[in-house]
Amino acid sequence: MFASCADPSQLFGLNWLACYLTTGKHMAFYGSFITVMVLLLITAPVALLFGFGGASAARSRVLPLRWLGKAYTSIVRGVPDIAFFLFFVIALDQAFEWMRHKVKCPDWDEPIRQGSDFVVCAQAKLPLSSSPQWVHETYGFFLAVLTFAIVFGAFAANVLYGAMRAVPRAQMETAEAYGMSHRQAFWRVLVPQMWVFALPGLSNLWMILIKATPLLFLLGVEDIVYWARELGGHKTSAYTYPHPDWRLWYFLGLLVFYLSLTRVSEIILGRLMSRLTHGQATTGGEAQRKVGP
Amino acid sequence: MKKLILSTAALALSASFALADTVRMGTEGAYPPYNFINDSGEVDGFERELGDELCARAKLTCEWVTNEWDSIIPNLVSGNYDTIIAGMSITAERDEVIDFTQAYMPPDPSSYVALSADADVTGGIIAAQTGTIQAGHVASSGATLVEFATPDETIAAVKNGEADAVLADKSYLAPIVGESGGELSFAGADVMLGGGVGMGVRESDGELKAAMDAAIASMKADGTLNAMIKKWFGDDATVF
Repeated sequence: MFASCADPSQLFGLNWLACYLTTGKHMAFYGSFITVMVLLLITAPVALLFGFGGASAARSRVLPLRWLGKAYTSIVRGVPDIAFFLFFVIALDQAFEWMRHKVKCPDWDEPIRQGSDFVVCAQAKLPLSSSPQWVHETYGFFLAVLTFAIVFGAFAANVLYGAMRAVPRAQMETAEAYGMSHRQAFWRVLVPQMWVFALPGLSNLWMILIKATPLLFLLGVEDIVYWARELGGHKTSAYTYPHPDWRLWYFLGLLVFYLSLTRVSEIILGRLMSRLTHGQATTGGEAQRKVGP
Repeated sequence: MKKLILSTAALALSASFALADTVRMGTEGAYPPYNFINDSGEVDGFERELGDELCARAKLTCEWVTNEWDSIIPNLVSGNYDTIIAGMSITAERDEVIDFTQAYMPPDPSSYVALSADADVTGGIIAAQTGTIQAGHVASSGATLVEFATPDETIAAVKNGEADAVLADKSYLAPIVGESGGELSFAGADVMLGGGVGMGVRESDGELKAAMDAAIASMKADGTLNAMIKKWFGDDATVF
């Protein structure tokens, strides 16, 4: 990074540290913080969408749709996260490749499953094996987002399902009395009111999602925990910057990062909660009303 | 119209050949001096230099990928990369799932490393990396096995007293013992495990295996392989 870093063996003290902390590997470490934040910011809304879909399906009046919604929430919630992440991502990737294979190479005569091998034609590879490394990494990242969204979507679906049922029945009856159709009542009365009941559950999920990001490493995405372990490990003189086991310091850094992230989330969610409670027929809303505007 | 179909078919064919030319090399990146991620974030080590030379000789374009050791074989067979070049010893169990090229490293002894030279390596608690031949050996030797995901953690376990000793490739342990300033030392007798280190490929990938085999053979024939082993593992390393 700096010109003075050309010969690390001649560096001491703070100079050594400054050079050490700006190596390419450390830059990748700092970059992975952005990866984690981007993952959180993309996954949260997508998971919420999955959850909303699941919850609406689970309370649908169409029987197969209701089965689908209930099966999604109960199966995904029942499978341990790690098993789901390890198995599902490879299966998902193979499913995509299998579909592309069927479309792109219809005249391929060899079997796709050869013993334990999964062989598709070169054009069906996802991403193509000739594409640069960043394409592979982005693809892996999106598989990760999708998997996270499916898992957390199932939990969110359960939370939202409960929240929808918690909206007082009288509200829906009033909507019907005004002549609203089922769909109108759902979108105009039920959905706006359910959030206040859903938020405690959803904020819990958000906290769990923050803590679950190290699972990224299982999916081959190099996240902060991977780099902390890699950088903190004992380094012999095969490396330019040899040092003893420093994992404690790196993980201490992660601790601070995760704690501040959850603290900031708590503050924001607290504000959101008091916003949503405003004017609601809940204990929180009643308390706000008594204090006065 | 027929001409059009023919020419697109030819184009598709040539495209598929062009695609097959990029070979993705999968490695662990945490096992110096075999393979590690250097301070600029690149894959480095004996296998990086070897792999680049093999690709040059086989006229292939190679791309380096890192993967966790735990899932390194499942990801090969599902096609996320095309070779495993990660200090992987050739064993019968692995050979059932994947194919190996001929060895590019002769069988290398595995050693125990402990805080003192008289540690109990047959009855004590021995650390090893998950899914390695050393872990298999410890499990069958009567000692209590504790497994770790990365080689670095096995060493840390010995240093903090969680395990009595660690069993790993001697070539990996030697620099660590040498630079520990007397804290660590070799214990017990060396054991010979595995049939040398080879490159793993999918069983269905006979063409790539043949190309890599030929490249390794040519490096053995002109002595460059031995020179490379000596460069990375020291002058007294086992050579062909």
